[in-house]
Amino acid sequence: MRILRLAGRRLAASIPTLALILIGVFLLLQFAPGDTVDAMMAQMGGGDAATATELRKFYGLDLSIPAQLGNYLWRLVRLDLGFSSIYGKPVASVILERLPPTILLMTASLSFAFFFGIVFGVIAARGVNKWPDTLISILGLIFYATPSFWFGLMAIVVFSIYLQWLPAGGFENIGALQTGIWRTLDIARHLVLPTLTLGLIFLAIYLRIMRASMLEVLNLDYVRTARAKGLDETRVVIRHVLRNALLPMVTLIGLQAGTMLGGSVVVESVFSLPGLGRLAYESVVQRDLNTLLGIVFVSALLVIIVNFAVDLVYARLDPRISAEG
Amino acid sequence: MDAVKRYFRSPAAVTGLVLLLFVVAMALSASWFYPREPLALAGRPLIWPFSNPRFLLGTDNSGRDIAAQILYGARISLLIGGVATLIAIAIGILIGAFAGYYGGWVDTVLMRITEAFQTLPNFVLLLVLVAVFGSTLTTVTIAVGVVSWPAPARLTRAEFLSLRNREFVQAGRTLGMKDIQLILGEILPNALPPIIVYASVIMAVAILLESALAFLRLSDPNVASWGNLIGLGRDVLRVQWYVSAIPGIAILVTVLAVSLVGQGLNDALNPRLKGR
Repeated sequence: MRILRLAGRRLAASIPTLALILIGVFLLLQFAPGDTVDAMMAQMGGGDAATATELRKFYGLDLSIPAQLGNYLWRLVRLDLGFSSIYGKPVASVILERLPPTILLMTASLSFAFFFGIVFGVIAARGVNKWPDTLISILGLIFYATPSFWFGLMAIVVFSIYLQWLPAGGFENIGALQTGIWRTLDIARHLVLPTLTLGLIFLAIYLRIMRASMLEVLNLDYVRTARAKGLDETRVVIRHVLRNALLPMVTLIGLQAGTMLGGSVVVESVFSLPGLGRLAYESVVQRDLNTLLGIVFVSALLVIIVNFAVDLVYARLDPRISAEG
Repeated sequence: MDAVKRYFRSPAAVTGLVLLLFVVAMALSASWFYPREPLALAGRPLIWPFSNPRFLLGTDNSGRDIAAQILYGARISLLIGGVATLIAIAIGILIGAFAGYYGGWVDTVLMRITEAFQTLPNFVLLLVLVAVFGSTLTTVTIAVGVVSWPAPARLTRAEFLSLRNREFVQAGRTLGMKDIQLILGEILPNALPPIIVYASVIMAVAILLESALAFLRLSDPNVASWGNLIGLGRDVLRVQWYVSAIPGIAILVTVLAVSLVGQGLNDALNPRLKGR
C-alpha cells in the first residue's frame, strides 16, 4: 500500500510537468508558419479569404492566444485532442490507431535490450579484463556509436534483399488476411528487424551499466559472506548479486523511455511501420500541428506512465525504498 | 601531467584520439582534396566504389562524388556536434548553477522546467522545433543544442549542491564576494571537470540526432551531410547499397571516436574509478 502511495505521489507531481510541456509547446507552435485552416485550405485546393475567416471563427482561431490556450487545455481535460484536418478525423482516434505498433515495438526492444544487456553484462563482469569482457565491451562501444537508421537499412540489405529471410517493412502482410495465431506470427516476423534496430543502442547502454553494477556489487561484504558459506559461483550471482545489481538497470528504463520513443520515430520511418513515431514525422511534413501537439501530449503521458511502473518495480526490488518513503 | 600520462596509457583512449584526429583531418582537408562544390554534379550517377580512380568511393544517385561529400560531411558533423554541445553546456551550466547555488524556490522552478524537458522525448521536441523554425543549418544546430541541455543542468546542479557550503566558498562569502563572483570564480571551476567529460556524451548524441534528422530529410538539404547522403541512398538501397553504407561508417567512426576520447578523459581525470 505504502509503495502505491509513494508512486501515486510521484504521479501526481508529474501533472504540473505535463501542463508545463503542453503550455510550452502550444505557445511554441504559435510561431509556426501557417495554421490548421491554412492546411485545410491547401487540402481543399485553395479558397477565398471569407471562407478562411469563417473557418478560423469556427475553430476558435480568431480568439486571442491565451483564450485559445485556455480552450485547448479545457478540451484536454475532457480528453478531446482536437481535429486533424489532414486525416479528417479527431486527433485522439488517429493517435489511438497508431499507438499499438509503437507500444509493441518499444516493449519488444526493451525486453531484447534488457535481457541481453543482463546476459552480456554478467558474462563481462564475471571474467573482467579477459577476452569475453574485452569483446563484449568493444561490441558495446560500436553498438552505441551506430546510427539506428543506418543499422536498419543495412539489416534490410542483408536479411531482406540478399538472404530474403525477413520482410523489409510494414506491420503485417495485408494481402494475406490472416487471423489468430498466423497473424501474430506474421506481425512478429515483421517486427524482428525493427526490434533489433531500435534495441541495439539500448543493449549497448544496458550491458555497460550491468557490467559496472555487477562489478560494484561483487565486491560487497555480503557477497564474500555468501561465498564463504560455500555457495557455488552461479548461486551467488543469481540469488545474491543479480537482484541488487538490477537496481540501476531499472532506473535506466525510466530515464530512457523518452529516448526510446524518440528512436521509434526514426525506426518506424525506416521500416514503414504505421506507428506513433511515423505519425509524428508525417505531421511535421504535412504541417498538421494539431496532431503534432496531440503526439507531444501522448508521448509525455507514455513517459510518465513508464516512470510510474518503474517506481513500482523499484520498490518491489528494494524494500528499503518504500520503507524510507 | 599525470592525467596526460594516464590518458596515453589506455589503448582505447589513444585509439579514440587517433580516430578523432583522422576525422578532424578529413574536415580540414576537404577543400584541398576537392576544391569544387561537393554537391555539384561530378560524373555518371551510381558508379561503384573502387571501380573508377576519379571517384574513389563512387557516385550517388545524381552523380555527385561520394568521397567529396564524406569529407565535407565531416565538417558539418563536427560543426553541428561541437556548436550544439557548447549551447547545451552553456544553458545547462546557467540553469544548474542557479538552481544548485540558490536552492529553495529558484531550484524548484528550474528543476520543474528541466523535468518537463526530460519528460518530452527529445527527438519529438526536435521535430516540433524544426516544424516551427524550419531546417537551416543554424536552426538545426540550435535546436539540437536546446534539446540536449537537461542532463548537464542536473550534473551542474549536483556539483553546486555539494560545493556551495565548502569552506573555500564560505571564506569567499566572508570576504564579501558577490553571488555571481562566487558562482563563476569559485564554484564553477571546481564543478567543471565532470561537465567537460560529459560533453563528449552530448556531442556523440548531438551528431547522431542531426544525422537522424537529416536522414528523415528534415535537416538542411543544401549542405553535404552524412545523414542526407544516407537518406538519398535509401532510394537505391536494393542494388547500390553502398551509397547509404559509406556515410554510415563515417558517422559510426566519428561517434565512436568522441565517446572513446570522453571515456579516456574520464578515466584519466578520475583514476580511482577506472575499470568501472
